[in-house]
Amino acid sequence: MARVEVLKTYKIYIGGKFPRTESGRFYSPKIGGKSLGNICLSSRKDFKNAVVAARSAFGSWSNATAYNRTQVLYRIAEMLEGRKAQFIEEIILQGSSKSEANKEVEASIDRIIYYAGWCDKYGQLFSSVNPVASSHFNFTVPEPTGVVSIFAPEENSLVGLVSTIIPVIASGNTCVVLASEKMPLCAITFAEVINSSDVPSGVVNILTGKRSELLENMASHMDVNAFLYTGKNKKEMLSVEKLAVDNLKRVRLKNLTNVYSPDHETPYYIEDFLEMKTTWHPIEKIGAEGSGY
Amino acid sequence: MAKKTIKINFDTGWDLAPAVESTSHIQLNEQYDLFIGGKWIKPSSGKYFATINPADETKLAMIAEANSKDVDKAVKAARKAYNTVWSKIPAKERGKYIYRIARLIQEKAREFAVIESLDGGKPIRESRDVDIPLAAAHFFYYAGWADKLDYAFPNRKPQSLGVAGQITPWNFPLLMAAWKIAPALATGNTVVLKPAETTSLTALKLAEVIQEAGLPDGVVNIVTGAGETGAAIVNHNDVNKIAFTGSTGVGKIIQNAIAGTHKKATLELGGKAANIIFEDATLDQAVEGIINGIYFNQGHVCCAGSRLFVQESVYDVVLRKLKDRMESLVVGNPLDKNTDIGAINSKEQLQVINKYLKIGEKEGAKMYQSNCSIPKKGYWCKPTLFTNVSQSNRIVQEEIFGPVLAIQTFRTVAEVVEKANNTPYGLSAGVWTDKGSKLFNMTSQLRAGIIWGNTFNKFDPTSPFGGYKESGFGREGGLHGLKPYLKF
Repeated sequence: MARVEVLKTYKIYIGGKFPRTESGRFYSPKIGGKSLGNICLSSRKDFKNAVVAARSAFGSWSNATAYNRTQVLYRIAEMLEGRKAQFIEEIILQGSSKSEANKEVEASIDRIIYYAGWCDKYGQLFSSVNPVASSHFNFTVPEPTGVVSIFAPEENSLVGLVSTIIPVIASGNTCVVLASEKMPLCAITFAEVINSSDVPSGVVNILTGKRSELLENMASHMDVNAFLYTGKNKKEMLSVEKLAVDNLKRVRLKNLTNVYSPDHETPYYIEDFLEMKTTWHPIEKIGAEGSGY
Repeated sequence: MAKKTIKINFDTGWDLAPAVESTSHIQLNEQYDLFIGGKWIKPSSGKYFATINPADETKLAMIAEANSKDVDKAVKAARKAYNTVWSKIPAKERGKYIYRIARLIQEKAREFAVIESLDGGKPIRESRDVDIPLAAAHFFYYAGWADKLDYAFPNRKPQSLGVAGQITPWNFPLLMAAWKIAPALATGNTVVLKPAETTSLTALKLAEVIQEAGLPDGVVNIVTGAGETGAAIVNHNDVNKIAFTGSTGVGKIIQNAIAGTHKKATLELGGKAANIIFEDATLDQAVEGIINGIYFNQGHVCCAGSRLFVQESVYDVVLRKLKDRMESLVVGNPLDKNTDIGAINSKEQLQVINKYLKIGEKEGAKMYQSNCSIPKKGYWCKPTLFTNVSQSNRIVQEEIFGPVLAIQTFRTVAEVVEKANNTPYGLSAGVWTDKGSKLFNMTSQLRAGIIWGNTFNKFDPTSPFGGYKESGFGREGGLHGLKPYLKF
């Protein structure tokens, strides 16, 4: 008798763990009439739990050295390279040809390498020393914005996902991502890659489910500092912008079609989720006129 | 504990002879119209409102009230100027116009300073030494950027946005107009600016300067009025960019109004800054910093150090020194050069402050005010501090925008970082310590856009300013201040 294959259960990823949705619900996205499996239909409560995890991870991840973040991101690419075959298989299941799938996985790996290299470089690009007319060493440096809600692109479920998550976490932000609704498989497998890549628990949290159910909470949650929206649904975009007002979330709307274009490899995607901090440090001028103020 | 502390009685023998700045050299019209397309135009409604001196409640001038029709005229004038002139002339020439504005402000600095103090109630020393020189410096700084933008953003082909709608607050009227107009012009945009309704005069005097500088008609338009005028600018279809400085409440209304419109925005909103005193700080210097942090400009400062955190071991001595120093603050005529604290900007604002004083006492905090005398007429508030407050008190959480300080203590660095960051705001913070490494640790832990080490309320045109969290977004000042006025 032929061996019975062990099927994979796709679960969500919160705080470094793989729970089922607390709601117990599922949905079965179909590609070409074939079901991709029973996928968690995440609830608002799952999202809230994920924000708690993301917030508690923010302190240590944003304080990690830039060199450390560079290496952790590089490690993600290494792990992805090692599991190429599995991703190709899943992308084919989701309706791509073998060559398309291969291209997507390779592009994803390269994109992670691209952003890994920025972790310890964007700071020099965006910072400044400001020649103030007083006795102060005055400088401006970028800091991460905080916890970011992400709507990953519906198409190109791997390279699209990577292109949203990686620039956001490169600077020390943490995030809660809603994966592609119709092609969620490689988002969850990517969570496994993240989980084995020295990315601290809670830095990346990945949910599966419906935009229509989660949009309101993801855009209005008061402990989320920013929202990265991908797509072109005008109604969704307007809702996100309106709901974000309550705590002045930074909202970035992106259209990631043509996702392979080098236009999507840019430090300005990192800059989208940075805050500029200006520090006035006193300079003691012994014997000089006046005091520090 | 030493019971016998020497208490200086500042009320005796310390009366300073008045040194009142003359108003004889200033020129104010009885009535001001709207500055649109390089001309002074009557408001279409025919309505004017009075601007008064908050120090004696006398009327200074009548100001035109612009409605949406007038705003539309101003936006059209700005669009025309953008299309026909401002986007076409060489960047170098644009810069020279801005230099002219800077120079003219310097030449007329004294007139500007006196009018600023008359209209807004701030001490003449501040208008003279801070507001007006910084406004001129801001134009001077950004003038130089006009023909160097490609170096600020290499390989990105920076382009102007078009018409910028700008709304400024009443606490630093001319300075805020400079913060808004200078970078907008340098980056090649044209401007419709609305000053705050209680302090329109220096913006209108700036319009005269802009005329005198020979700027092409319509490049800068100044429309006066209250909230409705501002709303008309925000909602106008042909405005590409909104720059607003004011309360977080109004900032959110603006953000909501422009959702889905692709208008760019810079919001510089409220704050509740922590001012943190460590036991190793030079305490006398720190006390000066506390005073400057909260009583500068009557506390009408978005980045005011309104939450004081004192390390427990030095709390008693800091509080005593602070109270002593408060007694020496002169509250009174803004035009007097001895004055430290001028008039509260408006009756409405005085009511807000008094409301919070009541709330503070009701919540169980202990209020202390200095024993100074205050004039009978006008709007005044004695320098005030609250002790016995907790993190959840409204006077600790909410922006009062007055000379009101809430004092808390702490023991460890971790504790004070936690407390200082426990606010929806994130505009500024101050840290006082003699140890550089501690200072750098603190400045990196505090979630705020501007951190002052052993100083407070310092501003400079080269230094980017703006908030984290609900204190807004975008930066004003420095290279970073160019970006909100450009597309790439």
